[in-house]
Amino acid sequence: MSIRAPIRRYILENFLFTDDEARLRDDASFLEEGIVDSTGVLELVMFVEETFGIEVPDEEILPENFDSVERLTRYVEAKLREPVFTMAETVLAW
Amino acid sequence: MCGIIGITHWRGDAPPDEGLLRRMLGIIRHRGPDEFGLYRDGRAGIGCARLSIVDLQTGQQPIPNEDSSLWIVFNGEVYNHPELRAELELRGHRFRTRSDTEVILHLYEEHGPQCLHYLNGQFAIAIWDAQRGELFLARDRLGVRPLFYVQLPGGLAFASEMKALFLIPGVEARLDPYGLAQAFTFWAPQPPRTAFEGVRELPPGHFLRASGDGLAVQRYWRLTFPRAGAELRMSEEEAAEELRALLADATRLRLRADVPVGSYLSGGLDSTLVAALARQHIPHTLCTFSIAFEERAFDEREYQESATAFLGTDHWRTECTNADIAAVFPQVVWHAEAPLLRTAPAPLFLLSRLVRESGIKVVLTGEGADEFLGGYNIFKEDKVRRFWAADPDSALRPLLLRRLYPYVGNLARTGDAHLRAFFGKDLLAVNRPGYSHRIRWHNTSRLWGFFAPELLGTLDGYDPVEELLASLDGNLGDWSPLAQAQYLEVTTFLSPYLLSSQGDRMAMAHSVEGRFPFLDHRVVEFCNRLPPQFKLKGLREKHILRKSAERLVPPAVWKRRKQPYRAPIAPAFLAHPPDYVEALLAPEAVRVAGVFDPDAVARLVRKLRSGAVISEREEMALVGVLSVQLLYHLFVEHFPPQPVREVILTPPPTLRAGGRGEAPQEAL
Repeated sequence: MSIRAPIRRYILENFLFTDDEARLRDDASFLEEGIVDSTGVLELVMFVEETFGIEVPDEEILPENFDSVERLTRYVEAKLREPVFTMAETVLAW
Repeated sequence: MCGIIGITHWRGDAPPDEGLLRRMLGIIRHRGPDEFGLYRDGRAGIGCARLSIVDLQTGQQPIPNEDSSLWIVFNGEVYNHPELRAELELRGHRFRTRSDTEVILHLYEEHGPQCLHYLNGQFAIAIWDAQRGELFLARDRLGVRPLFYVQLPGGLAFASEMKALFLIPGVEARLDPYGLAQAFTFWAPQPPRTAFEGVRELPPGHFLRASGDGLAVQRYWRLTFPRAGAELRMSEEEAAEELRALLADATRLRLRADVPVGSYLSGGLDSTLVAALARQHIPHTLCTFSIAFEERAFDEREYQESATAFLGTDHWRTECTNADIAAVFPQVVWHAEAPLLRTAPAPLFLLSRLVRESGIKVVLTGEGADEFLGGYNIFKEDKVRRFWAADPDSALRPLLLRRLYPYVGNLARTGDAHLRAFFGKDLLAVNRPGYSHRIRWHNTSRLWGFFAPELLGTLDGYDPVEELLASLDGNLGDWSPLAQAQYLEVTTFLSPYLLSSQGDRMAMAHSVEGRFPFLDHRVVEFCNRLPPQFKLKGLREKHILRKSAERLVPPAVWKRRKQPYRAPIAPAFLAHPPDYVEALLAPEAVRVAGVFDPDAVARLVRKLRSGAVISEREEMALVGVLSVQLLYHLFVEHFPPQPVREVILTPPPTLRAGGRGEAPQEAL
């Protein structure tokens, strides 16, 4: 599954209100450039959970994971590589 | 568009009184001031006050079939009538008029109640089978056009508005505690219940058959959604293109009329898109209409101006002041015939007056887009609460709720603790039916605290929310959370409140017909099959519609986030209140009506006048109390509040001297 393209598209449509790909650099800081504000980051969390089926705990909602297309793409890719445990397996693993 | 009425006496021993039928038409003449017609036999009388829109010359009602065994009166429009007519003619049906009304009658001859499935439109229909002594009533799928009935000893009466029924001897208006309880929970009584005891509303998507043998109400159309995960599989681009094509066709059909059609233009995406689509199909300049508010917080004129400039329409605007809202509120309640918790219908009443003054009889509106394409905050609220419930200990997730309600000033100023307490109620019960709406309903029903103790005694043990949820389709839980929330929003709010108190009733008060491309059942059924994330993508509302509308509407309108349509409340009634406000809120008037606790109302009024910060709920309480006091005053205590004139029946077209273009005949 492509990760980068849907993320870029969502940010362009939802925060920049455009289809113009040139308006968004992959390394642009969302917060510094005012692309996404602080509660907007939570919209992004909701979006990646809904789109990629991952779960994002609070402690991972950090600028290094969520502050650019580049960082967010890498973060989602990493999450998708994580082994998925069910709750029961998690408890058993303890 | 019209108003219809009728009375049956099954045994045929007392033919309905003609004067009464004419008075019943007289009290709803605003629905159809152009022509009046009656049919009467030994067992029944049906009548119509007509607003002539299609087939101006020969479309007079009631209309019989070939052998005069069936008679129809009809309020509404069937947009696909030319196509249906062609098919019926092939089957040998002969037509006397060009009207859509006659098409329904022949379709009914052909198919019986199943004929309703063929109709694309908004309608309330009454067909009297004079041979069999049977009455057939039907209402459109979503309840655009109203229809009420009441059982009489040995008969039945129906009407487009309840006020016509209250003219019948023995039918008296009494406020229904359960209808009030529903209104003070869901914002409107839920059909078949109304605000008045014994008066029933035929639910949307249902028909009724009645004769001397009894009465049966049956559903013919169901609002439904696919199982979660089984939605349409198509790309966003394909969905946007198909939606645009469907909407264009729905709009094109809704321009069918023998009079010019205008369009409301709020400055939001939905109505701007409708106006843009309409403009592509009409040769002349489109007339558009909007409301501007004296209070800036409610005003959208900046967007309206950019839309009219972009579309090049002939734009009419009415300026709505706080004083206007207070001044017309009694008329608004008279037309709505229901408790109101907001003043939002009042500006729409003023808007239809402007339309009428401009000479336009028919307007398109964007109603329905928010419900079927995911525009409302309540859908986002549901989504955010589920997002939070997935990690309930998260410190951050509930903060996303702030995204939803920036315009609710008081809420934004309170700290996170309040946010959590308010929206955290039953947070984890995500599988409980009604998850999306329980907070809203619970919060609204806090207004029951203003009810008089006797009324609360009657309501003891009655829970409208549980009653509603118990009546829902069994498979609701299989749908996506968004679909479940949409279903509840449409059935509890769009149909019984928006399409009525802010829709039909406010437009028809000034003889204006509203038409709703987003409520075309083909549009509705397509939207319902779309995946939820096409409607609400993240928190981006109406995602697919935005894609469909891009380049058709000005960028300023396309980009903006939804602004809920609201109107001022407390300042309208408290700054320089008209006399009736004082009179109806006085403890004695409140005591006589018997609905509210006079002491609680007095305390509310004192607080509102003290200049204290006023909450949403207190504003709702004010409007709720005032509207119910007005209902009591107008319908119970002083009915009819003004003398009702009998209409003078319009002669059949063959007898008319002037023929085409003749002035409508009205009572003097």
